[in-house]
Amino acid sequence: MANVMTRPLKLGRTPEVSNKKRRNLFVLIGAFIVTLLLPPLGSLILPGIGPTLYGDIIIPLDQTLVFVLLALGLNVVVGYAGLLDLGYAAFFAIGAYTMGFLTSNQTPWYNSFHLDFWIALPLSFVSAGIFGLLLGAPTLGLRGDYLAIVTLGFGEIVPTVFKNLTTITGGNSGLGGIKSDATTIRELVGGGVLPAGGTRQAFLDDTWTWWYYVIIAVIILSIFLILRLVNSRVGRAWMAMREDEIAASAMGINIVSTKLIAFSTGASFAGFAGAIYASTLGTANPSQFLFSVSILVLSMVILGGMGNIWGVIFGALVLGMSNSILIPNLTRSLANLDPNNAFLQNVATSSGFMIFGLILVTMMLVRPEGLFPSGRRKMELRYEDGDDIQPFVAASDNTVEGLDKMRSINYNPSVTEGDGTSGRKKK
Amino acid sequence: MALLEAQDVSKNFGGVTAVSKVDFVIPEQSIVSLIGPNGAGKTTFFNLMTGIYTPTTGTVMFDGKPLAGLKMHEVTKRGIARTFQNIRLFANMTALENVQVGEHTRLHSGILGAVFRTPSVKAEEKFADLHGRELLEYVGLRGKADEFAKNLSYGDQRRLEIARALGTEPKLLLLDEPTAGMNPNETATLTNLIERIRTEKKISVLMIEHDMKVVMEISDRVTVLNFGRKIAEGLPEDIKSNTEVIEAYLGKAYAEAVAKEKEKSK
Repeated sequence: MANVMTRPLKLGRTPEVSNKKRRNLFVLIGAFIVTLLLPPLGSLILPGIGPTLYGDIIIPLDQTLVFVLLALGLNVVVGYAGLLDLGYAAFFAIGAYTMGFLTSNQTPWYNSFHLDFWIALPLSFVSAGIFGLLLGAPTLGLRGDYLAIVTLGFGEIVPTVFKNLTTITGGNSGLGGIKSDATTIRELVGGGVLPAGGTRQAFLDDTWTWWYYVIIAVIILSIFLILRLVNSRVGRAWMAMREDEIAASAMGINIVSTKLIAFSTGASFAGFAGAIYASTLGTANPSQFLFSVSILVLSMVILGGMGNIWGVIFGALVLGMSNSILIPNLTRSLANLDPNNAFLQNVATSSGFMIFGLILVTMMLVRPEGLFPSGRRKMELRYEDGDDIQPFVAASDNTVEGLDKMRSINYNPSVTEGDGTSGRKKK
Repeated sequence: MALLEAQDVSKNFGGVTAVSKVDFVIPEQSIVSLIGPNGAGKTTFFNLMTGIYTPTTGTVMFDGKPLAGLKMHEVTKRGIARTFQNIRLFANMTALENVQVGEHTRLHSGILGAVFRTPSVKAEEKFADLHGRELLEYVGLRGKADEFAKNLSYGDQRRLEIARALGTEPKLLLLDEPTAGMNPNETATLTNLIERIRTEKKISVLMIEHDMKVVMEISDRVTVLNFGRKIAEGLPEDIKSNTEVIEAYLGKAYAEAVAKEKEKSK
């Protein structure tokens, strides 16, 4: 032990690495400042163009940020632990309804018991985590496709349960009256910082800008928690399990508990997202937590780059914004081209999903490893076939040239260099 | 005292008996080799030792306690580490991370510790880092700590598997064909490493190996399996001249010819 501690160990740490780290830090701080300034700048610039435009952007932006939170959580399960969860919306729903049960004035117990938003928020986090444990437990023996199918089932069951508990959830019409934090910290901040009068009133009226900052704060907290977990013994166990379950277990990792922890951790962040989502809208409704939500979040994770927090955030922003701003605007302008053309109207209203699908397919074709892949994922998807028997051999030759070399071996010897195949190679 | 003691161990798969009534002992700080033709039951026997399979009959005692019924990770915690015949590294993790995963059972921080990063967790992480780097250096992977496992050369990957296994701080190290696919140079280095692990780290080694040069050079004892039965056991020199072993490897005719030669020379 003693000699371990005293020996100067600087293996593999090059200045290049620390420069890169510094650059990343600058980018991060820059992004943070831009994030903070976005709403005031937006409200400053946009009203000049049209009074509703700011609202047109900030509301979908807030909802997109909720999905960023979801994507961050699902990334723990899918990206780090390698467990394909197709029912993630279930935990989103559990977070939302927990917030509803604790704060809504429509619950039967409201008069005897209710809580403030800021107390209900961490409780929603915990409650989703606990349900993550409960729902994760039956899936422990499963992996890969089988796990995906079971989680798919949970994703369907949970909203259905909420739909049918009509006495406390209001069934299909949803649980309304969910309190936001309108009366607490927001007033404190507004009252403490801003002078009484028009500005303070404008601040208090503009709930969506307030929500923007609340969600950003929760996202930053989540990023912090996830980064800490990933860079720890727990995170290493998740990744080892993703890479090779048998080898991980042979290295002393308890697969059962590691899986459960990953599942539950991921679910907790969906609890955050659900609680905030329900609170911003003031209502929780079973139709908000359909299978399509799980798929949308999964697309964000895959598109952004599984296993890379920053990539996943970016993927969620891109998909979320195209889903809530770009596509509605596109279809609207399409419909406005000729208001009398029934066929065009039809196409415009139904083309949203087509455009979304087109975006997804294009991005997956252009960058299958995601927009910002983790270094790990990049090589895996581009150059390997996923075969776990020979993934290591000749890694250096799996370049495009290497593949061409391999192909040329298989070519019919009678085909000479002059034929059509060589033209493609020269590119 | 024997570190590992298997008594009368058999393993059936349906009607097939893969391992049949094998008695087997690994003394402390020794290198024991398991050899035999393909399909002799070596890997099955190996898996019986690591808890992947439970024996149909018989008992395996490790360090004075039975291994039966333990899960794989519990066996590792008790002090048995292994490498795999087809390398099974965590391909998309760095060499250092691979070794740190090996250290998993010897570290303790959980979720809360990771989130709050208490001083004890910090110290533990620092230890994991230094110890991991030291192990990498020990197996000859100095300067490759931050390389992804999949980008290492074949020989380096084999060595990284050993470093990862050493990370679990085992008393017994099981090596499944450690020199398979290596060139003579790499084989020599690895043979030397195994010898060092035994003498410097005081770890017993059980290995399955096809390279007879390696087996004869470093083994204290050699056990030969054929058709699931133990057909010979002893010092390397004795095994070399054992008629039944020669028969198993080279056929009856050859074995008889060798026996006749021996008779003549007497």
